[in-house]
Parts: sequence; C-alpha cells; structure tokens
Amino acid sequence: MRLAAQPSDVAGSKGTRRLVASIDSSLTAHHDAYGHLPVNRHGLAAASDLAHRVDVAGLRGRGGGWFPTARKMQAVAGQVKRRRQRPVVIANGMEGEPASHKDSLLLTRSPHLVLDGLQLMAQTMGARDAFLAVPAGSPAIPVLQLAMLERSSAKLDAKQPKLLIGPDRYVASEESALANAAGGGQQLPQFAPRRHESGLGRRPTLVNNVETLAHLACIARYGPEWFRQLGTTASPGTTLVTVSGIVQNPAVLEITVGTTVSDILSSVGGTTQPLQACLTGGFGGTWVAASAATAGWSPEGLTDAGGVVGASVLGVIGHGTCGLAETSRIMWWLASQSAGQCGPCRFGLAAVAASLGQLTALADPVTAHERLRHQLGLIPGRGACRHPDGATRLARSALHVFSGEVDHHLHGRCTAPQSRCELQVPAPGIVPARQPKRGR
Amino acid sequence: MKLIVDPVMCAGYGSCHELLPEVIDLDDWGFPLLRTPGPDRTSAQVPPAVERHAKRAAAACPKLALRLER
Repeated sequence: MRLAAQPSDVAGSKGTRRLVASIDSSLTAHHDAYGHLPVNRHGLAAASDLAHRVDVAGLRGRGGGWFPTARKMQAVAGQVKRRRQRPVVIANGMEGEPASHKDSLLLTRSPHLVLDGLQLMAQTMGARDAFLAVPAGSPAIPVLQLAMLERSSAKLDAKQPKLLIGPDRYVASEESALANAAGGGQQLPQFAPRRHESGLGRRPTLVNNVETLAHLACIARYGPEWFRQLGTTASPGTTLVTVSGIVQNPAVLEITVGTTVSDILSSVGGTTQPLQACLTGGFGGTWVAASAATAGWSPEGLTDAGGVVGASVLGVIGHGTCGLAETSRIMWWLASQSAGQCGPCRFGLAAVAASLGQLTALADPVTAHERLRHQLGLIPGRGACRHPDGATRLARSALHVFSGEVDHHLHGRCTAPQSRCELQVPAPGIVPARQPKRGR
Repeated sequence: MKLIVDPVMCAGYGSCHELLPEVIDLDDWGFPLLRTPGPDRTSAQVPPAVERHAKRAAAACPKLALRLER
C-alpha cells in the first residue's frame, strides 16, 4: 500500500507498516492505530520486564551501529550501579547524515511512538533526565512540541522529556557529543577519558536512535515474538531505509530486515538507467558494486558485499556517472564537517579530498593517487570520534569498487567526463578553522 | 608506561617529537604519529629506556595533551 511518491514519503507493502501506521500525528490517532501502552497501577506506562523483552526481541540499534539494544542498556545499568548515579537517556533524532530522511519522517509522522519509547526507556533505566535531540530548523520541532503538550495534558508521562535542539552539523549526532550537550557542554565529540575514571562530571548516558525507541514502543505493546515475526534471526524486525539516486521514486521505505537491495529498488519503481554502483549507509558508509544487488539489507547481509547498513541509506548511480567524481563531492563535504578538534581529521580529510579531486580531474593523476593512498593510511583511529575513519573507509571503498575508473584516470582518461553527479550532496562550506575551546 | 595523546587538546606544536622521537613521529600535517601504537592509534607503550624522556615530553607539551599511565 503506497502513499504518493514524494521524496521522504513512506511506502511499504501491507504488513511492513509498523512504524508509520497513520498520516495523522495526533495522540488520538496514535492510540487508535497502536492502542495504549500497558499501564501500571499508577496509570503510567509499565516498563516492568522491558529490558528482558528487548533482549528476547533481539532489537538492534537503528542509528548506524546496529548494536544490540539490550546489551547497551545493560552496560549503562552497570555504570549506574558502579557510580551510584541516575542515568540520562537521550533519543537521538539529530540525523546528521544528509542522505538520510528516515528519522525526521518518523518524528513528524509518529512522534508519539518515539515519545512512548523514550518514556519506557527512561522508566526502565531509572533516568533522572530524558532528552530528545533534534537539529535546529528541523520540521519535527513544532510537531514534537505539540505532541509533548498533548501528552502532558493527558498526564501520560511520569518524566517529561526535554527537547534538546542541537547544531545542524554532522558530528553533532555522535553519542559523546549528545551526552556532553545534555550535561550543558558543547555538542562536539569528546575524547574518551581513562576507562577507570568515573563520570568526569557526566552521568551514565544511554543514547538510542529515535527509530530504535519506536520499535521498542511496539515491542512493549505487542511483545518480542511479534517483533521477531519479520526480519532475520540475527537482525529481527523491520527497518526504515532512505532510497535515492537514479531511482524512479526516491522515498523512505519501511522494509523487513533482510529484503534484498534489488527488491528495495523495485519497491521504488526500479532504476532509471542500468545500475553502476550503490552507496550503502550514507556518506559515512561504503560503495558496493552492482553485483551486490542480491545482498539482503541487514548488517550480516551487506558485510559480505562490503556494504554497511549504517544510517540505512541506499543511493544508486548509473554508468553515466564517474564514481570518483561522486565520491570527490562527498569527501569535500565530509572534510567540511570535521569538528576541527583533532589535527589528523581537520587537515587529513581536506588533504584526502584534494588528492581525490586531483585524481578525478586528471591533474597529475598518478602522483595524486599515490599521495591519496599515503594520506588514507595516516588518518584512521587518531581522532576523538570515528568521523575521519568513516570518511577514509568511504574513499577506500571508492578506489576498490571504481578500480576500473581509477585505472582510466591513471592513464589520463575518464569514462564520464561530462557527468552530472547523481547523488545530492550539500555544498561543503568552509573547512573549519580551529574551534575556540571553553576550558577542558 | 603507556603514553596517551589527547587529539582534542593537541594543537600540533611538535615538541613531543623533538623530545621523544623514538616513540613519536610527526604526520604530514605536524601532528603526533605513534611509531608502534597499541590497539587504538592514540596510545602506545613507552620503552623503559626512554621513560624519563617521555616524562619530559609530557611536561613540555604546551597544551598538556600527553598523558602517561602505569
């Protein structure tokens, strides 16, 4: 059953419409579509045995890591016990990945599912504070404000969550950035303190993607066995995926985890040209060859093909495009999104983007290619966060998947010199100057 | 003794490389590159023979970006 084919509209066959059951985002429509959460004797949402249900359901985080949610909850519960501090829970709706629209769509269409999930998580973890983080300018903000008003009038939530409006930049969606912002600091990635040091003034913090919390709200209602009816054994359930590039109908879909790439492409009307390659996971993800179309959309399904689910983005390009040119544009954007805190990222990503640009533009390509390989080796693992690692991984995947194109370029030719880039990439802006620090 | 480079505090002065070249090299952009890093590339073991040089390097860093741990 499909909605009109606008970008960022949700389509999906009947039965895989778990997360966006209604066009109406009101509390009444939410309860009509999903029913009420089970309540305890105080009339508040019951969170008893939720951690166990989440474990049995096998829910994995939908923010990019696909880490088992139950294990994440246990890890933070352990910190809570050791430090004897109540935790903070944060719903991550920052969606820094520009090619992803699933989180903003979920928040504007099903805000109450996310808010149910956040409430349940806050209660289960015994949280002192609950935040929902979204970027400044997000269309979800007025929807969320209204939804929170509806809930407080209906006295639904024991703990009122706070809206945390963060800067609209890539690294602001990183977990330590969120934890720091929730504690009153800058929303920038933090270098991990020594493991045996506790707190550094920051409470144990549990960050979950908004989609993860929406699934959690469904598991609380319908149970783990229901959740496992769809998806794979290793990665149960459904997931949202943003599809863009040379497809008939770019859209956000809800799919059963494990659906093949080719089936996903069919659901959006197929490609408008023969497929050259797919970008999986978004700008922080990896390229895969067209032959990977038989791979299932799940962490385990994509790994063999060299792909990643990541932010659950699928971008496709045709043969009329130069893969190196596409990647070059993305690399410049990634470089400009560096927090500017760590030298290898701040300088290294710009250097890689420049070298890749020279290879793409056939400007002394052989030297540029050597320099690029050397620079890529210097960068990973040397920053406070994994942004430079992701960017490096993308560049390496491009050199691998587009190796034929690389060969042409090394000989001074490009297969698509007049190509218009097919993936929408925001303009890079200015590569950042060093950020002034407000103390340690 | 373990040496940790805090990449956020580090501003690329390079005095650590001057004082402890056995452990710290500099990358293309002047930032510390550990010659034999541990599982993550922001820390490395300091050979006992140069431990006192490591202490001097940590003290000399204008940003106090080097930490030493036993």
